[in-house]
Amino acid sequence: MSVGKPEPIAPYVIGWAVMMLLLGLSVLSAYLDIGIFHPVVNFGIAATQAAIIFIIFMRLRGRPSLKWVFAAAGFFWLMFLYGISTVDYATRSGFPSQ
Amino acid sequence: MRSLAPEPQFATLEQQTETAQLGMWAFIATEVMFFGALIFTYMIYRVTYWEQFRLAAHDSQILNGSINEALLLTSSLTMILAINYGKAGRNDRLVAFLLATAFLGLCFLGVKGWEYVEDYNSGSVPSMNFLFKSDYHAPTELFWIFYWISTGFHTLHVTVGIGLVMLLAWQAHRRKFSPNYFSPLEVVGLYWSFVDTVWVFLFAAIYPLGRAVT
Repeated sequence: MSVGKPEPIAPYVIGWAVMMLLLGLSVLSAYLDIGIFHPVVNFGIAATQAAIIFIIFMRLRGRPSLKWVFAAAGFFWLMFLYGISTVDYATRSGFPSQ
Repeated sequence: MRSLAPEPQFATLEQQTETAQLGMWAFIATEVMFFGALIFTYMIYRVTYWEQFRLAAHDSQILNGSINEALLLTSSLTMILAINYGKAGRNDRLVAFLLATAFLGLCFLGVKGWEYVEDYNSGSVPSMNFLFKSDYHAPTELFWIFYWISTGFHTLHVTVGIGLVMLLAWQAHRRKFSPNYFSPLEVVGLYWSFVDTVWVFLFAAIYPLGRAVT
């Protein structure tokens, strides 16, 4: 096997370090009294971590390519699912409460 | 070592690699909708039964969940390093990082298994061993049903991923990969990182809830 020079590992190590920091923030936020903002903070941190994974670790960075379309397709259809389902629940009467 | 000729339906090895990656991205799109629907269901019930979900989530084990997230995030790093060294032809490092990835995945399963036992002992298994504490009503069981279904499916995905990574490690040990042929590494790497992404969202849904002193 011919041996070449690997890509620089710095972007991956930095991405990993940022995600670990965000994990720490997520755990810390769990013990803070921020009321209804808890889900916003927690899912906001999760979305940031997911973006790092998709862009750096799943190699979506770089020039535009067909894989961007494939990667976006799932989220595109998920938005339909979320949107239509949200309208259903928001307009449904008699949904059981506590 | 594998022949450097592409399969008959492809013009070049580069096209073959790109097609294989697109296939995995298509699979990931279906997985996004699968886990996305699960998390949407969770959100509907969390908004509807806000206080009951807060009470139920307080019994989840945030230390185990955090350790597992750290393990998976680190395994994504080792996986991408394995791919990096595989593409560069550093076979010894490729094998080492693939084994490290599989090891971290096994550690995840170990911690998860321990957590499941603790969950059972603390009466957090709906229909089997569920303990209704004071202030608990039926929706607390809904939280734990989400917990078992979502983490169960995720654990299944991790198990499949460990098998694939170990298969790659064996093939790498047999020197199957080279700077000209590394498509399976890229494809399994995508799968592994996606499984990591799913856990990031499950962690946000399950563990930080219900701990703040109000």
